Amino acid sequence: MSLPVDDTPAIRVRGLRNAFGSQVVHEGLDLEVRRGEIIGVVGGSGTGKSVLMRAILGLRPPQAGEVEVLGVDALSPKARESGLIERNTGVLYQNGALFSSLTVAENVSVPLKEHYPELPEDMVHDLAMLKIRMAGLGEDAGPKLPSQLSGGMRKRAGIARALALDPTLLFLDEPTAGLDPIGAAAFDELILTLKRALGLTVFLITHDLDTLYAICDRVAVLADRRVLVNAPLAEVERFDHPWVQEYFHGPRGRAAQAALAKEA
Amino acid sequence: MSEAPRIETSERHPGILIARGDWTLANARRMLELIEQAPESADDIDGRDIGRLDSAGAMMLSRYAVKVGLGLATVDVRSEHQPLTGTVRAICENPPREVRKDYGFNRMLERMGYAVEDYTREVLALVGFLGLTLKTAAGVLLRPARLRITPTVHHMEQVGMDAVPLVMLLSFMVGAVIAFLGATVLRDFGAEIFVVELVGIAFLREFAVLLTAILLAGRTASAFTAQIGAMQSGEEIDAIRTLGLDPIELLVLPRLFALLLMLPLLTFLAMVAGIAGGMAVSVANLGMSPDMFLLRLQDTIDIRHFWVGVSKAPIFAAVIALIGCLEGFQVKGTAESVGERTTSSVVQTISLVILIDAFAAMWFMEMGW
Repeated sequence: MSLPVDDTPAIRVRGLRNAFGSQVVHEGLDLEVRRGEIIGVVGGSGTGKSVLMRAILGLRPPQAGEVEVLGVDALSPKARESGLIERNTGVLYQNGALFSSLTVAENVSVPLKEHYPELPEDMVHDLAMLKIRMAGLGEDAGPKLPSQLSGGMRKRAGIARALALDPTLLFLDEPTAGLDPIGAAAFDELILTLKRALGLTVFLITHDLDTLYAICDRVAVLADRRVLVNAPLAEVERFDHPWVQEYFHGPRGRAAQAALAKEA
Repeated sequence: MSEAPRIETSERHPGILIARGDWTLANARRMLELIEQAPESADDIDGRDIGRLDSAGAMMLSRYAVKVGLGLATVDVRSEHQPLTGTVRAICENPPREVRKDYGFNRMLERMGYAVEDYTREVLALVGFLGLTLKTAAGVLLRPARLRITPTVHHMEQVGMDAVPLVMLLSFMVGAVIAFLGATVLRDFGAEIFVVELVGIAFLREFAVLLTAILLAGRTASAFTAQIGAMQSGEEIDAIRTLGLDPIELLVLPRLFALLLMLPLLTFLAMVAGIAGGMAVSVANLGMSPDMFLLRLQDTIDIRHFWVGVSKAPIFAAVIALIGCLEGFQVKGTAESVGERTTSSVVQTISLVILIDAFAAMWFMEMGW
C-alpha cells in the first residue's frame, strides 16, 4: 500500500465530532490542510486544539466524522495496520515526550530501527546524527540524556525524533511555549528552514502570535466547537467574531503586528 | 509506488554518472549497495533526474559523491531539491567527531567507583535524614497542634488496616509450615509436644515482627517512595518549600507516626495468626486438642518473649518510613528515576530490617532476655 498521488490535501477533516461524556468539544468540524503549507491552529484554552491533533493522529477515535491524512482514511483499520500514517507523520509533543531512559541519539534511532530494521547500525547512527544536527543541536547532544538538556534543546531533540523517518507531515504542539523570545524566534526560523528543505506540511498548534505572523501560511481558528475560519492571516484578522477580534487586536496582537511591520 | 534508485553512465560522456529513481529512506538498502559498487572516480554526477529525495537520500548521495572523489556541491539537482541538499551538505561537510561509548575495563572501574560513592552518600543521607526527622518530630511534639491528624489517620488506614488480611494470612501459613517442620523432626524423639514452644517462641520473638516488617517494606516503603517521588518530579515538594511549609513535617511525620503506631499492632496480629497456624497443624496432624495447645502455651512461654518481639517493631517502623520517604525525596524528575528509587527503597529496607533483627537477636540472647 503506497500513498496516493500528491494532489490530495495533506489533511482533510469532515464533520468531526469529539465529546467527553456530555461535554462536546467539536461538532461538525471541517478542516483542510494543503500540502506544503504551514497551518497555524489557534483557539482559546479548552477549544480542543490538542484533541483535534490527537483525532487526526488516530490517538483518540472521534465519535463521528471522517479524517483523511495524505489521502488515506485515517480511521480505517487498514491505515492503522499498514503503519502508513505513522511512517509519514512526525509529532512534537508539548514537552518533547522524549524517552527519558534513552539518550537523544537513541531517541531519534527508535523509529528508524522500528520501521527499517534492515538498516545497518552505523547508518542508523549517522541518520540520527544528521537529524540531530538538522534540528540545530550540536553532535555532543547525541549521547546526552533528555534530563541533561534545557527546555529549548529538548524541543529540538523532539523535532529531531519527529523528523527521523523523513515525514511529509509534521505536527507541532505549542513548539515555542516555555521558550524565551530569542529561543522562540530561533525555533520559528528552524521550522521554516526545515519546511523549505524537506518540503514539509506543518500542522502547528500555537498560542504564540509572533510565530503566527512569522511563519504561518494560513491560520485556522477554533471556536464554538468548529473551525471558524481557515485563511491567510490578513483575512483572519478581518474576520468578524468577538474572539478573533480580541485575539488579533488585543495589546499582544497589536505588538506582534507592529513587529512584523517593522521587519518588512 | 516508489522507484528503486539507480546510477547510470551517460552514453555521450562516459565520465558522467546519472542518478535516477527515488532516493528515499525506504530504499536505504539499495542506496547502500550503490555506494558499495561505486566506481573509483567520475567526472560529474547528474542528480536532476532523481524522482523523490529525502534527507536520508541526500546523505547517501553525498556519500556516493565523496566515494567517487567528488563533493556533494558538484552534484546537480533540480531546484526543488536544492534546499535539502544544501542543508545536508552543510552538515555532512563538518563530519561529527566520533563519540564512542566505552564498555571496557576502565568503564567498569569507573562504575564501581560511582557505586561506592553512591552507597557512602546514601548512608550519610540516611543518617542526616534521621536527625532532621527527629528534630522536626521533637518540634511537633512540643507543639502538638502542629501534628497533622488527618493525613496521619489516612496513612494509618493505608499502611495498617489495609495490610491486615495479607499479614495475617501469610503469618498463618508460615506458622503452619514451622509447626509442620517441627513436628516432623521432633516426632523422631517422641517430643511432638515441643511444637508448641517452637511455634510460640519463634513467632513471639522473631517471625511475627520480621514477617510484618518485610511485608510492609515491600508494600509501604515502595508506596512512600513512589508517592513522594511523583511529588518531587512534579515540583510539588519545591512548591511546599516556597509556600513556607516544611515537607518533613507535612509528608514524613504523618507517615512515620502512622507506621510507629501500626507496625506493633500488626505485629500482634501476626503473632496471633502465626500461633493459630501452628495450632491448626498441631490439631490436624498431631492429634492435639486446641485446649491442650493453649494450656501448654500458657504454662511454658514467658511474657518476656512477647516484649522482645514487640520492642523491635517501632525500630523497623522507623527504618521503613525513613528510607521510604528519603528515597522519594531523592527522585530526580524522570519516570526512570522513580522506578530506580522505589526498587532501592525496598531493597534497602528489607536488608536493613533483617540485619537489625539479626543483631537484636544476638543482643537479646546475650542479655538473657
